[in-house]
Amino acid sequence: MHDIIRQLDAKRVQARLGGGQRRIDAQHGRGKLTARERIDLLLDPGSFEEWDMFVEHRCTQFGMDENKVPGDGVVTGRGTINGRLVFVFSQDFTVFGGSLSMAHAEKICKVMDKAIQVGAPVIGINDSGGARIQEGVDSLAGYADVFQRNVMGSGVVPQISMIMGPCAGGAVYSPAMTDFIFMVEDSSNMFVTGPEVVKTVTHEEVTAEELGGALTHTGKSGVADLSFTNDVEALLGLRRFMDFLPGSNREEPPVKPTEDPFDRQEPSLDTLIPDNPNKPYDMKELILKVVDEHDFFEIAPRYARNIITGFARMEGRTVGIVANQPMVLAGCLDIDSARKGGRFVRFCDAFNIPIITFVDVPGFLPGVTQEYGGIIKHGAKLLYAYAEATVPKITVITRKAYGGAYVVMASKHLRGDVSYAWPSAEIAVMGPKGAVEIIFRKDLDDPIKIAERTEEYRNHFANPFVAGSRGFIDDVIMPHGTRRRLCKSLAMLRGKKLENPWRKHGNIPL
Amino acid sequence: MFKKILIANRGEIACRVIKTARRMGIQTVAVHSDADADALHVQLADERVHIGPSPSSESYLVMDRIIQACKDTGAEAVHPGYGFLSENKAFQKALAAEGIAFIGPDAHAIEAMGDKITSKKLAKDAGVSTVPGFMGIIDDPEEAVRIAEEIGFPVMIKASAGGGGKGMRVAHDAAAAREGFVSAANEARSSFGDDRVFIEKFIQQPRHIEIQVLSDGANTIHIGERECSIQRRHQKVIEEAPSPFLTEEVRAEMGAQAVALSQAVGYKSAGTVEFIVDADRNFYFLEMNTRLQVEHPVTEMVTGLDLVEWMIRIAAGEPLALTQDDIRLKGWALECRIYAEDPFRNFLPSIGRLTRFMPPDEEEGLVRVDTGVMEGGEISMFYDPMIAKLIAYGGTRDLAIRHMRRALDAFYIRGVSHNIPFLASVMGKERFVKGDLTTNFIPEEYPDGFHMADLPPEDPTILVAVAACVHRKHAERDARISGQLPGHEKQVRNDWVVRLGDTNHPVTVTTLEDGFRVIVDEEPMVVRTGWRLGQSLFTCEINGHPESVQIDREGVSYRLFHAGATDRAVVMTAEAATYAALMPKKQPPDLSKYLLSPMPGLLVSLAVEEGQEIKSGEALAVVEAMKMENILRAERDGTVAKLHAGPGDSLSVDQIIMEFS
Repeated sequence: MHDIIRQLDAKRVQARLGGGQRRIDAQHGRGKLTARERIDLLLDPGSFEEWDMFVEHRCTQFGMDENKVPGDGVVTGRGTINGRLVFVFSQDFTVFGGSLSMAHAEKICKVMDKAIQVGAPVIGINDSGGARIQEGVDSLAGYADVFQRNVMGSGVVPQISMIMGPCAGGAVYSPAMTDFIFMVEDSSNMFVTGPEVVKTVTHEEVTAEELGGALTHTGKSGVADLSFTNDVEALLGLRRFMDFLPGSNREEPPVKPTEDPFDRQEPSLDTLIPDNPNKPYDMKELILKVVDEHDFFEIAPRYARNIITGFARMEGRTVGIVANQPMVLAGCLDIDSARKGGRFVRFCDAFNIPIITFVDVPGFLPGVTQEYGGIIKHGAKLLYAYAEATVPKITVITRKAYGGAYVVMASKHLRGDVSYAWPSAEIAVMGPKGAVEIIFRKDLDDPIKIAERTEEYRNHFANPFVAGSRGFIDDVIMPHGTRRRLCKSLAMLRGKKLENPWRKHGNIPL
Repeated sequence: MFKKILIANRGEIACRVIKTARRMGIQTVAVHSDADADALHVQLADERVHIGPSPSSESYLVMDRIIQACKDTGAEAVHPGYGFLSENKAFQKALAAEGIAFIGPDAHAIEAMGDKITSKKLAKDAGVSTVPGFMGIIDDPEEAVRIAEEIGFPVMIKASAGGGGKGMRVAHDAAAAREGFVSAANEARSSFGDDRVFIEKFIQQPRHIEIQVLSDGANTIHIGERECSIQRRHQKVIEEAPSPFLTEEVRAEMGAQAVALSQAVGYKSAGTVEFIVDADRNFYFLEMNTRLQVEHPVTEMVTGLDLVEWMIRIAAGEPLALTQDDIRLKGWALECRIYAEDPFRNFLPSIGRLTRFMPPDEEEGLVRVDTGVMEGGEISMFYDPMIAKLIAYGGTRDLAIRHMRRALDAFYIRGVSHNIPFLASVMGKERFVKGDLTTNFIPEEYPDGFHMADLPPEDPTILVAVAACVHRKHAERDARISGQLPGHEKQVRNDWVVRLGDTNHPVTVTTLEDGFRVIVDEEPMVVRTGWRLGQSLFTCEINGHPESVQIDREGVSYRLFHAGATDRAVVMTAEAATYAALMPKKQPPDLSKYLLSPMPGLLVSLAVEEGQEIKSGEALAVVEAMKMENILRAERDGTVAKLHAGPGDSLSVDQIIMEFS
């Protein structure tokens, strides 16, 4: 018995050392923490219970039978973040470069299975050189098993990928299927094929950071949602993020008590909308002044900046915020913003998070690039997502709500629960100038007539009254009272029950 | 007494006049331009009249519109504030012709004091000490040299119609006098349409000290001095009353001369006689301002008088019911002018929306805030960039400085840049605290402009303690989140590490009924506060000392503003702090290879293409901000590597426009 305990202790010590002190130092030298240090930072102190510490790979070729490390390159288990259950796997780059073996994959699958069963989020910390090449097809099978579980867990439990080192080749497709991808600047990258292959195939010379670094994926490709300056801030940031999410689709999002009064007035919002309809303003000011404690967790802040997405709380309860940003491309919808917004709306819908939409949209972005790029299908993603969503949906039209884009942005017609308009709202097929140039084409040569007609159109539609007369908006509200109205509407909608007809699944225009 | 007056001004001074009028039971009429339709002074007044487009030359300076507004509203008198039409004799006359009272002196006093040469002659005749110099008009450079030699170098060559530093030259020798005469005259011609210049002795180590007078035309008294030596490019920045430099004798002598001058011109209202004072306390008349001064509140704080009230009473024909013996200066008052400008970018004016604006709480007799803006207001390029005047009082100068520093800490402004860091820096300068001032204070103390390093070195303990308390409050709330594993709820710990910048400070923080007990670096302190989550200002007493720290939450960190400085703090467990110490220090990105937008605005055009070679000084792009086009130029030679923004894009401050290689 004593002997067994002694052996056990020895094994634990060995497992905790991972690939050994030299490799730990090397990991630190790269500005990265080890798999276990990362878990320490992420979870409540003392809450982590490690599973499968003694699992070893079963490969016998290429001398691998002589080379085994308990744990096999990934640390898995469960713990809590602010007392709430999460499951974690953290790849250990110091052990076989974090490469994925069959056993490594089985460990990941075990926590994922349990997470889906009990209804708790899965956080994957990715730091891996890729497949365990010595294992050949076993390693591929391992990836496939993980992918299958990513898909089975999708919409059931939140899955978050933290990329904290390399993540290349097929390995990228596990994070790709999770709900959110966060990256660490300068020390993480993701690509399907690395710089060397790119060079031989397309003769493009590019560094790993340029090809798949955090700035690339949060700015250009939109693959990643957020980047952090280093491991510590990333993991502390992830803790903050998890507080917004429910454990699973069977739960309501968590409530964090707040001291921020629900009826806090913001008189300065009354002057947010400039007199000139073509002058931009910062929609983020509105968001920050309306939500609890000015606390807004923005998702994908550097990508498709013409739409703002993120989480906040109202009276302590999580809400998802979607807003057009007039500061960028006048807030119009385009391929990137529709994809960004659509994916965010679907996440909120899957996890019972009410959606607040702030609308100032002049329409869809015109252009050859957009049409060739398939704006028709991509724009439809946001439309589909809003129309499909059954969570509480509240819309505030601050200024422009033009054309098809008006319909897309959580309009009353897409089962929006409450639609508010500010007095500055203009709900119309298009802006007065464009409309008049079409309706009164024959008068185009007569600037005086056109000006008169424009004024006439503006007087008719550049206000919330026509839409109000149809019931497309429920009320016109003063900007300073927006928070109070939203809080009361959310409270009203807490009991909302709405179900879509049974189907295997819808066919969103992918 | 008047039943209704019109205020022919805007901004803080219009608001300030309205407040007194309201207290006196007088109705008020505000006038406003397009840009000021939603302005605070318009909201405060009983009536409003729109008088024209945004530029002041088409609104606040148009006499006819203002007089028409008086007629339309039945206003019996006009208070002109300062600037605009306040020292315009034609305006005074035009009002008189309509039977509308002007709340200020008579036209002849305005006229007599409006010209530098005439006023100086008048002063001399009234027995007022004047700077040695030649009063007449100088015809040519050779005459200028001759006169300069008579007076003795150094001399100052000044435009007769000058102001604001324009048309002024200092000459230390004959050659400089010759050249200075020509350039001063040229500048005077182009700036004022009047090329008359005169020469006087140049005073070294000068201090700007002015005497406030009050007269009903018969009874004239002086109500102490204000020292306004802290100036940047001839713009006053910080003023105080009394002056730390004057003796009782000199004060009485200056006061007597100011009264003599006022009587000589038949002055009838509140006015200010400005003097320049040298290191030996010799004082010389500079000019008389025939209006209410921007910095009048410091006088009000140390005398308890309301100068606007007396101006109104005198204009309404009431006698000045005060004698010289009634005037007692008590304590000390300081005024800081809060400007919308970026002190770290050579005080470049900053315009835009005040997204957040929370002045410190006014405390009767201790802290006063005179402002004409509110949160959500717009700082436009049309008018003076002054956002507010912050006035602090104390029984002694040291106490007044202490109150001012605290009030500056509590002044929360976002959306536009402001000079609070600079003001906080001046308040912390040893030389300022000692009262060792001259009008060269700023160029001497900040020879290379203002930098982060000019901020007073600070004991980090306050920031560490505040960050710890704020974090403790967050941690306690985090522990109350729903959905925790029953029976295994999160426990709040007491021991943390506050990582301020790159330095770790271990802290222990526990809750008290009305605050926290914090041990920072083994030093125990009690922080009493009613701070609530989400509030931007942490007001507290640390070991009995009142402190204010501004907090903006940014992700996992807190950005703290205190004593003019900005610091970033992350609060974490000791373990996490050990890990944080392992993290590589990241160099801030080298921005010299980028062209950044210096202001929020619209990119109107790009003057260069990718791959184009550029020379230093070459125009690169035009950014429009508030209808004003700003040309951005290359700072050095190079090549345009990449354009990051295109015409029509909205730019935020520091947004990258292009990249050089």
